[in-house]
Amino acid sequence: MITCVVDVVAPEVGEASVRVLRAAGCDVSCNLAQTCCGQPAWNAGFAREAARVARATLGALEAELDGGAEAVVVPAGSCATMVRQFWPELFDVVGDADDAARARRVGARTYELSEFLATRTDALPALRVDRPVRVALHQSCHMLRELRIVDQPAALVEAVDGCAPVVWDGADRCCGFGGTFSVKLPEASVAMADEKLRALAVVEPDVVVGCDTSCLMHLQTRSDATGAPLHVRHLAEVLAAALPDDAEARP
Amino acid sequence: MSGHHQLSGTSLRNRTAEAVADERLRTNVARAVDRFATHRREGLAELEDPDALRRAARAVKQLVLADLPGLLERFADEVLARGGHVCWAPTAEDARSYVVDVVRRHGASRVAKSKSMATEEIDLNAALESAGAQVVETDLGEWIIQLADETPSHIIAPALHRDRHQIHDLFVDAVGAEPALGTEPTELVGFARGRLREVFLAAEVGITGANVAVADTGSIVLVTNEGNGRLVTALPPVHVVVLGMERLAADWAQAELLLSLLARSATGQRLSSYTNIVTGTRGDGEVDGATELHVVILDNGRSDLLAGEYHEMLACIRCGACLNVCPVYRQVGGHAYGWVYPGPMGSVLTPLLAHDQPEAAELAGASTLCGACMDACPVQIPLQDLLLSLRRRKAEAAGTTERAAWTAWAAAWSDARRYGATTRLATWGRMVAPLAGRLPVGRSWGAGRTVPRPAERRFRDIWREGL
Repeated sequence: MITCVVDVVAPEVGEASVRVLRAAGCDVSCNLAQTCCGQPAWNAGFAREAARVARATLGALEAELDGGAEAVVVPAGSCATMVRQFWPELFDVVGDADDAARARRVGARTYELSEFLATRTDALPALRVDRPVRVALHQSCHMLRELRIVDQPAALVEAVDGCAPVVWDGADRCCGFGGTFSVKLPEASVAMADEKLRALAVVEPDVVVGCDTSCLMHLQTRSDATGAPLHVRHLAEVLAAALPDDAEARP
Repeated sequence: MSGHHQLSGTSLRNRTAEAVADERLRTNVARAVDRFATHRREGLAELEDPDALRRAARAVKQLVLADLPGLLERFADEVLARGGHVCWAPTAEDARSYVVDVVRRHGASRVAKSKSMATEEIDLNAALESAGAQVVETDLGEWIIQLADETPSHIIAPALHRDRHQIHDLFVDAVGAEPALGTEPTELVGFARGRLREVFLAAEVGITGANVAVADTGSIVLVTNEGNGRLVTALPPVHVVVLGMERLAADWAQAELLLSLLARSATGQRLSSYTNIVTGTRGDGEVDGATELHVVILDNGRSDLLAGEYHEMLACIRCGACLNVCPVYRQVGGHAYGWVYPGPMGSVLTPLLAHDQPEAAELAGASTLCGACMDACPVQIPLQDLLLSLRRRKAEAAGTTERAAWTAWAAAWSDARRYGATTRLATWGRMVAPLAGRLPVGRSWGAGRTVPRPAERRFRDIWREGL
């Protein structure tokens, strides 16, 4: 599941995800009947509108699973959360028991990317980068507190020879994006980003890494605007750059 | 006077924007909540299985709420049997007028208060002062904000938005402290202690809330770290309790569980420094305690919640743990929430209890839905679910512009071809990005952040071409 944000704003994250999944021995398909998981409307309280959009993606993912796919992999923690955790509730709320059941079946086989890869590290080739890279991991809220994906991102970073996660203050604190929060309460949203950026400035990482493009985009665009731009990458890009045929490229 | 809440006539956006521009406020708030949050973690780490305790506490609260009318009857009977008076107050005005009447009947002019969020909720101080009584808050944080004519900004530490230098200056300006008074906490507290001692000794009526009320014995439990709860209930001849009707425990086993979690969740303590249990009036041979006791059982919208989908919010034990981990609260402090209860619990309670004010509904949006509050709540209230539910309720009453926007979005994005067309326009129109600065959404994003550019080729274009 590509997610609308990755599709439109950060397709390189999708490309990297595909490369890494193939390197882990997976056969990757992508059903382009999908659109979006519906989370923006769900979070804003517009459940019927969210359900309309979610159905398109539900149908696409279901078709893949019915066609022999073993898992749905999502390169975005909040979207994976929406599918696995909230879709059943969404369809229940709008009174659609049938789609709630379909959502449960799809959700049971839906994984966030790092969650999925962490069960297949043995299948990955040796990952390495040429020069030591200090990685500050930002742990996005939904995948951390809803899906309880705590250690997998760090474990994958550590699996890259030359990459090391650094400890930094408030790594698991919300970055302030929060979907429509970012534009409804923009001053608070920016203040929350600033606190993260201040904490990052203390440890001066080589790269800030996360599993949610929304969070990363929020931190990147704020750091760009303050004139102290950070090097920000999705975990998929870090891993893809560490694959053997890309040994010379920096993450 | 205890200041005025700012809900009416202001917006959440304006209040939060103003708050984040106040660096001193942010520093003070962050320092305090970090300390509380750290102590809470350390306090819970002492327990073998803190999550088991939380589950047990949640179960206790569900039992209480399932039998609340019965428990309240039993509690009231016990209070009456022990010589106390009970007032059933359906509304804030009922509660206020009862308390004012008690004070008037005694011709009392000096009232000492122990901290009570329920009395804040009903704006009791203003009513007492209008009736000619002088009300002094005896919790140090409450006294500070009273002197500053402010409202509490945190439910456990009302003045946490002020640092000791500000408090020093306030003591000098408001109550004539010598400027030479130091700014060390011990000196400031010593000064306050001296002033408040006189208040305790002169008070004719003591007013408190209740952290837990125990139905079995008709008892009120007050926890403080300052001992002001003890003095307010021991010295004045008349004691008035304002009790939120949901704050019950059936028996002492339940009360003990709730109290131990309350202390650990609020400040990391195993038990608060002073745990006062008031059961009825002063008995024969007892040397302190009120000879006249009034318990005001406050509804003010709670029974409506009990029957509905938001009943889980009534489990709240007012510990403040959610405030201390909220990433939004730490940036904006408590006043930005506009009403009595701030932070995550306030974002749920304000739309529910202050529903007569149109500005209350937007409090459900004062959250990024990060979930930190749910992890911290000692009674496992599903705060995120309640916020989402409140947002749906608000969306039903939404203006046509917002609904039209989401309807249009859903119409476009519920089909891959239409989704493709709208996102292709965005990628074709990379000129849109600079234009976005002129639209409200673009302005909101762009004030402080660069605007992200859609990619030349979307992932689906790349995939189609062969990836």
